Amino acid sequence: MTFIHKYPKAAKVAKANFIVAFIALAIGGFFGFVQALHRTNVFRGFFNSGEYYTLLTGHGVLLALIFTTFFIAGLFVWGVTRSLDREPENLAYTWSWFWLMTIGTIMATVAILGGLVPDSSIRAAVLYTFYPPLQAHPLFYIGLALVVVGSWMAGADWFWSYRKWRGENPNERIPILSFMTLFTMLMWYVCTIGLALEVVGLLIPWSLGLVTEIEPLLPRTLFWFFGHAVVYFWLLPAYYVWYAILPKLSGGRLFSDSMTRIVFIIFLLLSTPVGYHHQYADPGISVGFKFYAMASTLLLLLPSLITLFTVVASMEHGARQRGGKGYLKWIGKLPWDRPAFVGCALAGIMFAAGGFSGMINASMNINLLIHNTIWVPGHFHLTVGTAVALTFMAITYWLLPQLTGRKLKHKTLALIQPYAWFLGMTLMSNAMHRAGLAGVPRRTAEPEYMGFEFEPIFGTMTEMKWQIAIGGTILTISLILFLWVVVASWLAGEKSDKPVDDHIPEPLSGVEHTPAILDNMKLWFTLALVLVILAYAFPLWEMVADGIFSPGALPRPS
Amino acid sequence: MHIHKFEQFWIKLSFVLIAFFVATVVYGFVAMDLKVIGDHATIDPQNLADTKFGNPGVREVTRNGQTEYEVYVQTIQFAFNPGTAQPIEVPVDTRVTFYITSPDVLHGFDVAGTNLNTMAIPGQVAKFTTIFPEVREYGIVCNEYCGPAHHVMEGKIKVVPKSEFDKSNLVE
Repeated sequence: MTFIHKYPKAAKVAKANFIVAFIALAIGGFFGFVQALHRTNVFRGFFNSGEYYTLLTGHGVLLALIFTTFFIAGLFVWGVTRSLDREPENLAYTWSWFWLMTIGTIMATVAILGGLVPDSSIRAAVLYTFYPPLQAHPLFYIGLALVVVGSWMAGADWFWSYRKWRGENPNERIPILSFMTLFTMLMWYVCTIGLALEVVGLLIPWSLGLVTEIEPLLPRTLFWFFGHAVVYFWLLPAYYVWYAILPKLSGGRLFSDSMTRIVFIIFLLLSTPVGYHHQYADPGISVGFKFYAMASTLLLLLPSLITLFTVVASMEHGARQRGGKGYLKWIGKLPWDRPAFVGCALAGIMFAAGGFSGMINASMNINLLIHNTIWVPGHFHLTVGTAVALTFMAITYWLLPQLTGRKLKHKTLALIQPYAWFLGMTLMSNAMHRAGLAGVPRRTAEPEYMGFEFEPIFGTMTEMKWQIAIGGTILTISLILFLWVVVASWLAGEKSDKPVDDHIPEPLSGVEHTPAILDNMKLWFTLALVLVILAYAFPLWEMVADGIFSPGALPRPS
Repeated sequence: MHIHKFEQFWIKLSFVLIAFFVATVVYGFVAMDLKVIGDHATIDPQNLADTKFGNPGVREVTRNGQTEYEVYVQTIQFAFNPGTAQPIEVPVDTRVTFYITSPDVLHGFDVAGTNLNTMAIPGQVAKFTTIFPEVREYGIVCNEYCGPAHHVMEGKIKVVPKSEFDKSNLVE
């Protein structure tokens, strides 16, 4: 018996979400490949440099917003159903949020791809941050709004299951998989307030022509109210995998239940009031607010450092169960021949590297050296592009058999895939970081300039260019391997009652040691709202006091 | 709640690390004068003509008995004015304050390879002060996506010896 046999309805919902996620991954990943060759001037024959920005928008939206959201929805459906031992409460409702998100995705994708049709009025080359006054077609904003509304409904679905479960189990502690899901969604509700105000309150009426002028700083600020927490919305599900599943894949058990809960609570509290750290270089926001955001951001290192400890300790426990000895020799006893483990572990290592460049980004005045340079995408290809994406791909090798009742096929290819991703990302990301230090900008089709040369601090521009192009190509090959393994296993994997060992053992320090206050969702949610109000109420008031649309700028075509 | 003693040690170490990072930034602010852009002024992006941005360029001012320079720059799709058509020329070892705004969309103003790096946002004036320590040329890059020809948007700063600084290019 595995998941699909116990919960066939939830399995179908999770699989539907994964299908959309993987289609988005395939298209967005292909765009990434084209960009890697175009930017480096290795091959510019696919599209012209004006169209590059349409592809870049597609890459960002389909990977960072669509792939993540749908994968997370599938993962959480699996975890909530399993840990509360109940199918979704009302399937019509569950499917309605899935279809709402899917329709929104199709609308936004059509708006973006319209940019590749000559003279099309349907365009959205505004990148995934869509800063006005560059204006996209209304389809783009409305589509994204539907995706967000669908994700709210999905969260409500899981709270609904939780309430029903609580009614039947008044004295139980929240199971850890559900705890992590619910706290991630609480954070999502807090941060998407900013996005909803921006998109529904400002951008949709403006793109429909109901108002002509817009104040660029206000929507930008509301975007970043959402825009940093969204990275934790991607990251926490990866943490969920590292806390709940990775210890088991290492052959051990989670180190501490209480620390896991504390980490998720800190993320709920601090994820949103840090948004100004994306606006260190913005005029119109006082240094005091930036400083407050910086202090909160650096405090967010704490839960990630705790995670590092807990995850490594859990893995070490697993390795010792498998006969590992010594201070470091146990590392060799980890299952480096199992794709799901390898992907999660390599993702964790890359996340540590991404954490270091993140500390530079967070450090206000040091940040100015690399703000909006290619260092920044170098950083987030380690975090969301590897820590999150590679974890999601790796855990698919473990989840897919549970959702389909079929064994994984092509295990050798599945094993090569995470190693290839790691290699490709090492090449691409180190070169991007170093090019950023020389001042090479992000988000540009042709980073060559007529009037001056970049002066790299380490290495040469030519070597970096080739590392980016070759790294991007290896990543594309890795992605093709992943998609091939998934499609082959899904369609033709051997049917089995127990296609994978899906047992998750209890933590070493279990829930009996966990203080009850950690499960008090009302308390933590209220506190999170208070911190957001402290960070944002005054600066937002300053911005709107002279009129919501003033000082106003006119829209410009994208 | 049970926290393993190694984990307690690790958490304390984490706090020390965080304090160290905050201290580094504060030290940069206070001791090295590494400031970030703050809240200077708002401006009507559709009526820059009536402001100093209507006649952009380098101005000479006297502040505290010292000769200093102010540079007003408009970032437009897809050029810096001044900067692209003609370089921004300033003397070495002199205080120069930049005022930057945009009449159309968001742009970036990044002096490549340095930490002179600001957003240009319609409706806001970015202000920062620097002293160029050596005679040389710098490239200016627009580092925020601003439209289909974003990649051609570049400019130049020319830092010249004080004796060679040509004041006939100054604007009033």
